[in-house]
Amino acid sequence: MSVLDRKVLRDLWQMRGQALAIALVMACGVAAFVMSLSMLHALENTQERYYEDYQFPHIFVHLKRAPRTLLERLVTVPGVSQAQARIVEDVTLDMPALAEPAVGRLISLPEHGEARMNRLYLRRGRWLEPGRSEEVLANEAFAEAHGLHPGDSLVAIINGRRQQLRIVGVVLSPEYIYQIRPGDMLPDAKRFGVLWMNETDLAAAFDMEGAFNDLTLRLMPGAPEPEVIRRIDRLTADYGSLGAYGRTDQTSNLFISNELRQLRSMALIVPIIFLAVAAFLMNIVITRLIGTQREQIATLKAFGYSRVEIGWHYLKMVLVLVVLGSVLGTAVGTWMGAGMTALYTRFFHFPVLRYRLDPPVIGLGFLACAASAVGGALGAVRRAVRQPPAEAMRPEPPQSFRPTVIERLGFERFFSPALRMILRQMERRPLRALLSALVIALATAILVVGDFVGGSVQYALDTYFHLAQRQDVTVLFGEPSEGRVVYDLGHLPGVRSCESFRNVPARLHFGPRSRRLVIQGVERQGELNRLIDFHQQPLVVPAQGLVLSRKLAELLDAHVGDALTVEVLEGLRPVREVLVVGVMEDFFGTNAYMERTALNRLMREGPLVSGAYLAVDSARLTELYDKLKHCPGVAVVVVKEAALKSFEDTIAENLLIIKSFMVVFACIIAFGVVYNSVRITLAERARELATLRVIGFTRAEVSRILLGELAVLTVLAIPGGLWLGHALAELDTLVNDTELFRLPLWIEPSTYGFAVVVTLSAALVSGLIVRRQIDRLDLVSVLKTKE
Amino acid sequence: MIDSSTAILPALDGPRGQAVFQARGITKVYRMGEVEVQALRGVDLDLFPSEFVVLLGPSGSGKSTLLNILGGLDVPTSGTVRYQNHDLSAENDALLTRYRRQHVGFVFQFYNLIPSLTARENVALITEIAANPMPPEEALALVGLSERMNHFPSQMSGGEQQRVAIARAIAKRPDVLLCDEPTGALDVTTGIVVLDVIARVNRELGTTTVVITHNAVIAGMADRVITLSDGRIVAQKSNAAKRSARELVW
Ligand SMILES: Nc1ncnc2c1ncn2[C@@H]1O[C@H](COP(=O)(O)OP(=O)(O)O)[C@@H](O)[C@H]1O
Ligand SMILES: [Mg+2]
Repeated sequence: MSVLDRKVLRDLWQMRGQALAIALVMACGVAAFVMSLSMLHALENTQERYYEDYQFPHIFVHLKRAPRTLLERLVTVPGVSQAQARIVEDVTLDMPALAEPAVGRLISLPEHGEARMNRLYLRRGRWLEPGRSEEVLANEAFAEAHGLHPGDSLVAIINGRRQQLRIVGVVLSPEYIYQIRPGDMLPDAKRFGVLWMNETDLAAAFDMEGAFNDLTLRLMPGAPEPEVIRRIDRLTADYGSLGAYGRTDQTSNLFISNELRQLRSMALIVPIIFLAVAAFLMNIVITRLIGTQREQIATLKAFGYSRVEIGWHYLKMVLVLVVLGSVLGTAVGTWMGAGMTALYTRFFHFPVLRYRLDPPVIGLGFLACAASAVGGALGAVRRAVRQPPAEAMRPEPPQSFRPTVIERLGFERFFSPALRMILRQMERRPLRALLSALVIALATAILVVGDFVGGSVQYALDTYFHLAQRQDVTVLFGEPSEGRVVYDLGHLPGVRSCESFRNVPARLHFGPRSRRLVIQGVERQGELNRLIDFHQQPLVVPAQGLVLSRKLAELLDAHVGDALTVEVLEGLRPVREVLVVGVMEDFFGTNAYMERTALNRLMREGPLVSGAYLAVDSARLTELYDKLKHCPGVAVVVVKEAALKSFEDTIAENLLIIKSFMVVFACIIAFGVVYNSVRITLAERARELATLRVIGFTRAEVSRILLGELAVLTVLAIPGGLWLGHALAELDTLVNDTELFRLPLWIEPSTYGFAVVVTLSAALVSGLIVRRQIDRLDLVSVLKTKE
Repeated sequence: MIDSSTAILPALDGPRGQAVFQARGITKVYRMGEVEVQALRGVDLDLFPSEFVVLLGPSGSGKSTLLNILGGLDVPTSGTVRYQNHDLSAENDALLTRYRRQHVGFVFQFYNLIPSLTARENVALITEIAANPMPPEEALALVGLSERMNHFPSQMSGGEQQRVAIARAIAKRPDVLLCDEPTGALDVTTGIVVLDVIARVNRELGTTTVVITHNAVIAGMADRVITLSDGRIVAQKSNAAKRSARELVW
């Protein structure tokens, strides 16, 4: 090792506290980067491989009933490479562990040979055997939620008859990586199971011999999806098609894409914040270091060291820290990534989701870290190498001070000399003071963001599931039914009130844009299902026209007053123009609401309903459930509270983990800036402070002058930090403004309190650590050495 | 006051052969905002191989400025300086750096050691980039510091530090040794030890040596004494018999 390199290490060791603080901040950035990017890759790669290996379809169509002969015509559509027909039916499951009915989705598997698409991965047990009508394969999430194993049985109510099904295998499907019943808001593995059965048996049970009601297609590479969808729609319209759609609208895929999107923005935003802070810290530390080594640099030059050699010498110091930060960050990021991946497997069911650290990510993390650090240090290093050596040998001229603005304004009599020193110091380096304050503010802001999400999600859940959706149970009929069915439901045990609704699958077109969704026809004066917006204000559905989620309106680029073309995908399939009469800020999904009778009129039908909301006396729930399980017209029963509870638990755990990371990150940032600022001020003003000691100031008084600057900065920074936190939270809500979920910008006062308390504590603890070092420094000896 | 341009025109071809340094009409003006400081007002100077020159003069007379220009740390505002075939008056950082690296050893008033390196490492710092250096140990032995090789500057006295600085300056076997007030921060006895070392290096290695001082007594050691005042050479005197440092009376 060259002597100059030895100097690198010794100098770094000399300032190890500061070096560590910077390395830690860099490590945070690298950790966030490595974690989110490697998770992103793991998820993306796994998904892609899974989709290809298990033949995930490109186009999906659900229809009422079509003859199998239709398949031959479907495969002639240009761009279609394969088509597979299936029978998919939702039935009620009577699970011993549940009082309430669960929904079972039965999917047909070809008797002979493998399915062409959505192939299953057999986790345990064996495949179905032909001719065994009672055999099923169960998806893993459901099996795990109920502790079901191959050999266990369960009871399904098929066409009103209880039927015993025997699980022979536990499987995974690329169609249900994220397992949620389409139309539901929350995943609930306990109450939604997917079961695969032999086609013949399923066809027999639902009178579907020679027919199908579900179609999946794979396209040739480069096939124009919108065009294929148009053609498929035309071919299937007569068979009650609910409209063909691509992967972007496939529920499970949508959730995964959403997650990938968030990871992507996280992989970008969080590291940028940290690396910017690291660059700033690097800048002030290296500037100071080079300031104190002015004469050393001049000496090196006098003896013939070149500019490049000297510049490289200082960059090496920076790079040592970069390596330290990157290695630490990569290690922590890997650890966090592995942990987060484990969390992911609760939501995303892949045959294997292996967390793998890929070298390009590490390399990229290192490069980003190096770029920011070198960027921070470069200015100072460049100034150092350019300094004429003869000049550097001369002592630096005394720094020029002047009265601060406040003093010049005549307020000086309110300030003690100590405070005046603090203010002058800050005013002399306004940019540095400003940036230090900004970094402290950033720490506060990170805390606000880390804490606000929990409150915000809770606010959304409470608003939607308690204020808007006030029913306990939702009943969906297999077919649109006469309104009087609701009266029958109203007489079931325990039902306190009952409110019907009409759901109509449709495509909304506006200009070149269109969306496939379910128009929800709600009661005008609904008590159980109300439209409640972001501000928790109830909205009365107008007698005519559509009310759209703000997100949906944006996706369609439609505004109040625009006329949308509604293409109904059910019954007589009317196509009508309907005005947008309202846009509503809501949290979940992309919704289109209409008054129920208006929707009935649009459908040119009588007062038909698709289902009902029930408010139930909790004491009599079991009794009610028992009845509902055996109600012939009832296809699906959704129990709100149970799903909500299990979702809240999981999400709470996730949010807690994220929040803990944020708190650690924020504390590291606060420590990094407080510690470094004080150390640098101490180095710059050692003589001045030593003089104060000599003329009789106590250690405590000297510390106060030194730490006072930080106290002032911290106090000034906090309001800015809260504002910045609000801004970052807003950014977070923008990143989370998706079709699935919109995070409301709702910040609890306690979030601000939390951020303030943690920032102050972090600053205080950092200050105390430095103070111990100030006390140990022999300030008086400073005076004996030459400036 | 004597006019430097007429009074002291040194012979171009002196007793010691070809001059190593030739300075002609060098001036140096420092600009600090509105104020101009005329540090050198036209200096002509030749230095010869193995010559020991002492630069005398009051504070602010331009001694350091002249030495810095000779050492390639600074360039004159006007005039020319040549060291053998190097042009030292051109502002070319790469050329000046190479010149300093190959030919010059500096000793400064405040030692300017790297505090985070030991004595040996401070010397090695220079030998690592020199073409034909002596081992750092040998350089330190020359200044009588073999024992303290592994001490850090903060663990040594001022005189010891200055001797390390001399070892550092001579370790590369420089052609020129430039010392700016090497005894300025030292007490008399230590100063004599340090001067003695410099004189010995001059004698034994044949290094052309320039020592700045404002202590006229030191001048007794020199082959030639040049006095600067207000940016001009005002007197030159050659010593017939040099005295050794130990004989100096302060
Ligand atoms: N870098 C500089 N900037 C401005 N003035 C300078 C600089 N270097 C030297 N001077 C001025 O030039 C004059 C000569 O300085 P110097 O050569 O250091 O004198 P000496 O070494 O004889 O004391 C002095 O007036 C000094 O203030
Ligand atoms: Mg001087």
